[in-house]
Amino acid sequence: MTDALIVIALLLTAVTATAAALTRDPVRQAAVLALLGLSLALLFTVLQAPDVALSQLGVGSALTPLLVLLTVRRVRREEHTDERRPDRAE
Amino acid sequence: MNRTTRLGLFLLAASVLAAALVAAAGELPGFGGAHHPYGERAVAAALARRTANTVSSVNFDQRAFDTLGEESILFGSVLGAGILLRLARDERKRRAAAEPVLPTTRLFGATLLPVAVLTGGYLVAHGALSPGGGFQGGVALATALHLAYVAADYRVLKRIRPLAALDVADALAAGAFAALGLIGLAQGAGYLANTLPLGTFNQLSSSGLVAVVNAVVGVEVASGVVVLLAHFLDQAVEVVPRGEEA
Repeated sequence: MTDALIVIALLLTAVTATAAALTRDPVRQAAVLALLGLSLALLFTVLQAPDVALSQLGVGSALTPLLVLLTVRRVRREEHTDERRPDRAE
Repeated sequence: MNRTTRLGLFLLAASVLAAALVAAAGELPGFGGAHHPYGERAVAAALARRTANTVSSVNFDQRAFDTLGEESILFGSVLGAGILLRLARDERKRRAAAEPVLPTTRLFGATLLPVAVLTGGYLVAHGALSPGGGFQGGVALATALHLAYVAADYRVLKRIRPLAALDVADALAAGAFAALGLIGLAQGAGYLANTLPLGTFNQLSSSGLVAVVNAVVGVEVASGVVVLLAHFLDQAVEVVPRGEEA
């Protein structure tokens, strides 16, 4: 049972990590990165490392994607300084 | 450098790395076994210092000096990001606009924010006892606060975020970690040695230095992450080039 869970979590991590590497658009990549963080947290949990899982959940699934999204928002606003409302570029 | 050279260099480096990894991992205990030499020693050392959470014992007692390095890296990165993202000469701040939010989103945020802050606080407070600790709880606390941005707008987040105090708290906590190490030195045991009273096993006040350093790290990480996100949010929401209509 635990072995099956470990295999599922490992496969999920491999799939989401590959997807994150192959996604070129930063906004989508941030979403995939959050999913990767989630599957890593799952993997650490089934491997009985709840401390690491919690760090991974906080940093990998929440913080990193948020920083990426905020950076993209700022950079995109700079790119289209046309008539569009600049703070609603996303 | 053309594609073939790059590929050749990669394959060479990858094969050396692979060989080194295989050589290094050959003597490791099998995957998922019940016994692990390092784990057994770490658990014994943690129990001897009456620390229920062995991971926290490793982080804040047995390998406290490593953690001091990691916390300094975090502090340095927050400082660096703050300096890089400061208001440049050709930029100015505009007032963040009030933004419309769906009532359900507002309800979701208002309900979840206190729960998330409480969870973060619990994780920090019980770091020496159960999974979690200063780092995990600190990140949870900091991100919980930003539910205000999700559920309302940047103005509300700014009202509930004491940024000036957190700026100072980040620096003080980072310094406090380094200073706490001097206790062990003063008692002749060595820098960051756990010489505080150990208390009763599995009580909040147990584990001596672990609980104190854990709390300090909680303050540092929580305030550091809030300050870091504040610089990024300012850039995304408030900072505009000088002269641009907003």
